[in-house]
Amino acid sequence: MNLIPEPLVYELSSPGRVGVAMPDCDVPGTPIPAVFARPELKLPEIDELTAVRHFTRLSQKNFSIDTQFYPLGSCTMKYNPKVNEAAASFPGWLHTHPLVGDGYSQGALELMWKLQRVLAEIGGFQAVSLQPAAGAHGELSGVFMIRACQIARGQSGRTRILIPDSAHGTNPASCAMAGMEAVTIPSAPDGGVDLDALKAVLDDSVAGIMLTNPNTLGLFERNIEKIAAMVHEAGGLVYGDGANLNALAGILKPGSVGIDVMHYNLHKTFSTPHGGGGPGVGIVAAGSTLKDYLPGPIVAEKDGTYSFVRPSASIGRMKLFNGNFGVLVRAYTYIRMLGAEGLRRMAENAVLNANYLRVLVEKTWKLKYPRICMHEFVAMGDVAPGVRTLDVAKRLIDCGFHPPTIYFPLIVPEALMIEPTETESKETLDAFAATLATIAREAVEHPELLAQAPHVTPIGRLDEVAAARCPVLCYRG
Amino acid sequence: MSTIDKNAKYRPSHEWARREGNLVVIGISDHAQHALGDIVFVELPETGKVFKQGDTLGVVESVKAASDIYMPLSGKIAAVNGDLAGSPDLVNKDCYGSGWFVKIEAAKLPEWDGLLTPEAYEVESGKEE
Repeated sequence: MNLIPEPLVYELSSPGRVGVAMPDCDVPGTPIPAVFARPELKLPEIDELTAVRHFTRLSQKNFSIDTQFYPLGSCTMKYNPKVNEAAASFPGWLHTHPLVGDGYSQGALELMWKLQRVLAEIGGFQAVSLQPAAGAHGELSGVFMIRACQIARGQSGRTRILIPDSAHGTNPASCAMAGMEAVTIPSAPDGGVDLDALKAVLDDSVAGIMLTNPNTLGLFERNIEKIAAMVHEAGGLVYGDGANLNALAGILKPGSVGIDVMHYNLHKTFSTPHGGGGPGVGIVAAGSTLKDYLPGPIVAEKDGTYSFVRPSASIGRMKLFNGNFGVLVRAYTYIRMLGAEGLRRMAENAVLNANYLRVLVEKTWKLKYPRICMHEFVAMGDVAPGVRTLDVAKRLIDCGFHPPTIYFPLIVPEALMIEPTETESKETLDAFAATLATIAREAVEHPELLAQAPHVTPIGRLDEVAAARCPVLCYRG
Repeated sequence: MSTIDKNAKYRPSHEWARREGNLVVIGISDHAQHALGDIVFVELPETGKVFKQGDTLGVVESVKAASDIYMPLSGKIAAVNGDLAGSPDLVNKDCYGSGWFVKIEAAKLPEWDGLLTPEAYEVESGKEE
């Protein structure tokens, strides 16, 4: 990593310097009206080479899946095959425009229709909307659909959504944003949903439940069918948070075990860039109960011709135009490159890699649930007195690894949530486990190494309290 | 090891309540502040607001997480600790003293008897450590 701190582009500015030589104006010039001029903006004035060097140096400080191991739990930071980029760069995709009309974009519509079909097949659902631009956006769409369906059933008093405490952190926020009330359901000692607690809150105020399966403990919810049946019997609907679909794709169809509506993150399971690398897509898929409520328009096919149609009871548009189309091309390419058999092996190897790493890590670290996991597992970072998970995370940066997700799920003290994904080699997993073992030893022998980490970055340990309380968010020079 | 105020009673969700004159003072336990880590923000209700036992009283935000705080007893808010707005770290430094959250006029004193004794809370919170 380039260790010299990089100044802000404003600090590189020199009055009057320009990067472009403008040709002489061949029409009479008109000054910008004073009312629109904003001299207080202090836009940076730099030449082209300075700009290139500035942004190139910044990019060299970037941590990415293309440079290092990135075991960020529940984020599925898998390798993004370059063939996806090649396909998305075809001029036909690159230069099309959503306003050219269906008749001139049949190829793009065909790809969207085929992607809707394969995604429905993978999840065991009947229809798919490709609109939502992120996982939480898909959640919001799903909660709107549940709400719309309950209102159509004459059940407008159903305003509560049940959320297990091992669910993804965005679920309660999505509920609140949709005007619903989130109600937390505790976990049982085995890490699954506490069925008695669930039973106690199921009444006619419940619109549905949001289940993350596998949950954020990396554990498969074994009672999924029973939970779905209990919620359905009480008049509720079941939302599946598909952020952890990487553990199930090609093996279990969530639509076949009682899930009514679910989002999948194309940027996680289907290998499109994320984490600063590109916009996401959180498609929503629905079974027979909710498919008519999907965000629209979606693509339909008739006699080989593709067109946009609006599902009959659609909640409406969730995104301008047709979602993040470039991401759809990448995800479709990925699915077609793998095929059905490849998708299954993807999930199998994701689970195998997580368990291989879990067993290695378990030798030196405490695990909250030391049993067979799915695609991820949760360790606890307090390996020695006075050492916190935050210290461990910072020390991992020194060792060339992206820290795992920390302090989530909230139900595990000092959580360190590790998801290796299927694309890592045995050597990488061994190296990561060896590093964690070394850090556990350092925590006892040289705790100051952890307390002051990171040591090899341009900027060392940040003051997190000051950053949260008095953030400096804009340049005031 | 976390400290426990022997003069207070507790909820399993780590709030403490202590009787002072006609009022009951409420805060979060040492175990809770330790688990949360450095606290950066405390959101408290306005004076005069009425809550039932178990209602969400406010929110504590730390560098790790945001957590709801629950009312150990039903009652009306008589005073809030204004110092927490500028110095939320008081909760980390002195959770049973200057880091208190609110004082309430308790509406149902029988609820007091249902709260955990310091000994029971010590056992309960010890399970999490």
